[in-house]
Amino acid sequence: MQFLGYLISGISLGSVYALIALGYTMVYGIAKMLNFAHGDVIMVGGYMVYFTFCSRGWHPLLAVLFAMAVCTLLGITIERVAYRPLRSAPSLAVLITAIGVSFLLQNSAMLLWKSDPKSFTSIISMDPISIAGGQLSIPAETIVTIVVSVIIMIVLLWFVNKTRIGHAMKAVSEDRGAAQLMGINVNGIISLTFAIGSSLAAVAGALLLSSYPTLVPTTGAMPGIKAFVAAVFGGIGSIPGAFLGGVLLGVIENLSKAYISTQLSDAIVFLVLIIVLLVKPTGLLGKKIAVKV
Amino acid sequence: MALLEVTNLGISFGGLQAVSGFRLSVESGHLYGLIGPNGAGKTTAFNMLTGMYVPDEGNITLDGVDITGKTPEFISKAGIARTFQNIRLFKRMSVLDNVKVGMHNKVTYGMWHGIFRDGVFRSREKEMDQKAMELLDVFGIADKADYVASQLPYGEQRKLEICRALASEPKLLLLDEPAAGMNPNETLELRETVRKVRDDFGIAILLIEHDMKFVMGICEEITVLEYGKIIAHGDPETVSNDPRVIAAYLGGDDD
Amino acid sequence: MAGNNQKKRKKSTKTYILSFALILGFWVVIEILGHMGLLSSKMLGLLIPICAYAIMAVSLNLVVGFLGELSLGHAAFMLAGATAGVVFYNGAGLNMPQIPRVIITLIIGAAAAGIFGVIVGVPVLRFSGDYLAIVTLAFCQILKNVLSTTYLGVDSKGIHLALDQSAFRLEPGAKPLIKGAQPISGINKISPDMMISFTVGIALLILTVTFVLNLMNSRAGRAITAIRDDEIAAKSIGINLTRYKLMAFISSAVFAGLAGVIYVLNLSTLDFKKYDYNLSINVLVMVVLGGMGNVPGSIIAAAVLTLLPELLRDFSQYRMFIYSIVLIVIMLFTQAPAFVQLRHRLMAMIRPKKSMPEETVEKADGSYFAAQADRKEDE
Repeated sequence: MQFLGYLISGISLGSVYALIALGYTMVYGIAKMLNFAHGDVIMVGGYMVYFTFCSRGWHPLLAVLFAMAVCTLLGITIERVAYRPLRSAPSLAVLITAIGVSFLLQNSAMLLWKSDPKSFTSIISMDPISIAGGQLSIPAETIVTIVVSVIIMIVLLWFVNKTRIGHAMKAVSEDRGAAQLMGINVNGIISLTFAIGSSLAAVAGALLLSSYPTLVPTTGAMPGIKAFVAAVFGGIGSIPGAFLGGVLLGVIENLSKAYISTQLSDAIVFLVLIIVLLVKPTGLLGKKIAVKV
Repeated sequence: MALLEVTNLGISFGGLQAVSGFRLSVESGHLYGLIGPNGAGKTTAFNMLTGMYVPDEGNITLDGVDITGKTPEFISKAGIARTFQNIRLFKRMSVLDNVKVGMHNKVTYGMWHGIFRDGVFRSREKEMDQKAMELLDVFGIADKADYVASQLPYGEQRKLEICRALASEPKLLLLDEPAAGMNPNETLELRETVRKVRDDFGIAILLIEHDMKFVMGICEEITVLEYGKIIAHGDPETVSNDPRVIAAYLGGDDD
Repeated sequence: MAGNNQKKRKKSTKTYILSFALILGFWVVIEILGHMGLLSSKMLGLLIPICAYAIMAVSLNLVVGFLGELSLGHAAFMLAGATAGVVFYNGAGLNMPQIPRVIITLIIGAAAAGIFGVIVGVPVLRFSGDYLAIVTLAFCQILKNVLSTTYLGVDSKGIHLALDQSAFRLEPGAKPLIKGAQPISGINKISPDMMISFTVGIALLILTVTFVLNLMNSRAGRAITAIRDDEIAAKSIGINLTRYKLMAFISSAVFAGLAGVIYVLNLSTLDFKKYDYNLSINVLVMVVLGGMGNVPGSIIAAAVLTLLPELLRDFSQYRMFIYSIVLIVIMLFTQAPAFVQLRHRLMAMIRPKKSMPEETVEKADGSYFAAQADRKEDE
């Protein structure tokens, strides 16, 4: 029964990773870059919810929508100012710039909101759910996180596979040049991708902080790295892969914390990543890319 | 026994038979052509000969050594060098260094000789410089030895790639569409270069080419591939009069 | 012909002269200022970190600049070297005379980092690009994490090693060498005289630079750069990819290990937490700003980036903020095609005679190939 509890909270943590990983994977698929600053967008989203909901008492839904709007704007601005000028530059240059943006977000937060930890109040005000006759009590946050993530995932898959804009996104990720020739607004699609990824990061921030309520300017860094690992784990560029990778990562992390060692849980997560990549170098659901001679 | 003996070579990719029943016999000092419409499997055949792909069936022997399915490293050491359809130079290295890399397995010394810059290092480097400059001289690009490879004009990049391949002192040189992207003048010049390589170095050359005039003009023996199978083989005249070859080439392929 | 060879030699000689002039010049200036007592204690404290980071940057350049593979785990090799070194330094080496003690510590640190380099390199070098980056990062986190739960000590019964505090028992009086997540503190400095420690740091930097430059100007180095420029062509020429990738990767690890040893002996404490991906990224930033494959550039970038945050300490709250903005602006100005073209146009206006400076090469190459592609399509 205890195992079930760990499993469910692992899935919940994994769902948050999945939401963040979606941002990594979509940006990678479409803009072909690793947006290292993505994790810090979560932190910004967290602060937005904190100031509106925790401090001013806005309705939680309104606060999350506000955070999504701010993060969307932030994501689009970052892409426009820092990444777009470098679109045809070497990928390492883009990566370093992304690292610079990550430092910038963390240090701006440090200046604006100070480094002292803020304690976050959960945006979910429901009672824990008890199952199996009260043997197991699951916090409502856990369940809401999983449900919200699954809904977002389904909507996103529908959007990418069934709508015109979704098809345009796929086209850009397959071949940017050809997509441009077909009359697709490539810049617009890339901006949209950053917008979607960043707004999901805001949701992820609100959900993450509801379960782990300490907010500091570096809050986004570790979940960001983990989500990046999750995206690679599932096969970077693949939306279902990001979801699968995120959930598995959360479960592995939680179970190893519970049964092996709290301190070694990160090492175990990374070890599993290495093993998976050695066995399947493109990640769980990644596509194989053949190099033409 | 022939220098290169290929029998019944075949490979398929995910159910698609790219090449089958490929055979070839190559003698030293001769020029061979491999032609066929796009997608006929010419480059695939090259990739199997050089160890880039492992064939599903068949046999390749070079100078009595079985090289079927061996690594590119092994095959290069055994004596096959190649150029690529879409020039693959070491773009950021100097012209001279490109050729010196080509000698990687011909003039060798261990890492520590290089670290300590001892006598072995100096004498081997000198030997390499000398050989490389001689090679570049043959191709008339010795004066550009210090250029970064990507600075060379297209025609000279092709020459440098051949130079680099020759630096490994091969017994057989494979040229993958050496005239691609060249203007008629450059093509003419290339024809002389290829002949010269064959005469000066006394090696066998097998080339893939779309330019029919080019192939017919210099190759002594031509093999025609279509859909991965050999449809004709013989001297230029026989091949150009073969009804199947004419059909293959008039059959809608305008390349 | 001879003239060409001469010119070519000149170019690599220039790199040697520039690198060594830079290091020795720095050493002389600091020695003079130091003996005149003109260096603040803050500045003195930065001397070894500058050497250590320069070694880190030059050695990482071997992998990133020359081999062309992105590693985000360079800090791990520094940590491996530092930990192994300190365990010896505070353990078996404790009662040795200082000079052999330091030398053996350096050798052990370098060897440990090299061994860790083999462990990481063999599986990891099958990947390339972003995958290599993430896997090296993973190894870095694993090492940091595992060391943080390691307990190591020696008593009369022998060596005790545990991954759990409860399983770790030493005889009373015996001092543990590694105490889990607790930083190892009280490590003696190389020498009480900072100028002597600094000279050791400079000597190691010279060793690193000599090794890297000599390697890159030899047969092995050419093979490594050939792999960077075109793996398939390198393979077709008979270069053993694994061998040369490992050579670059392990050499790079060994020098990072040396850097770790001097860094930690200078700092007197070893805190595993500090050797995470952020440190790796900082070194990577040095390499990129100094120029890929540019050894003197790496040294300058390492010195400037180590000094910069300290010089900005008066604006302490703003320093990392300023640093991040500087980083982004530099990347945009040096790497964005629009800015690069502008710079080349300006350069061409200043010195119109000098044909094709090396920097324009890549640009020229890109447009050239685009033109070729067009040409092919027309046929």
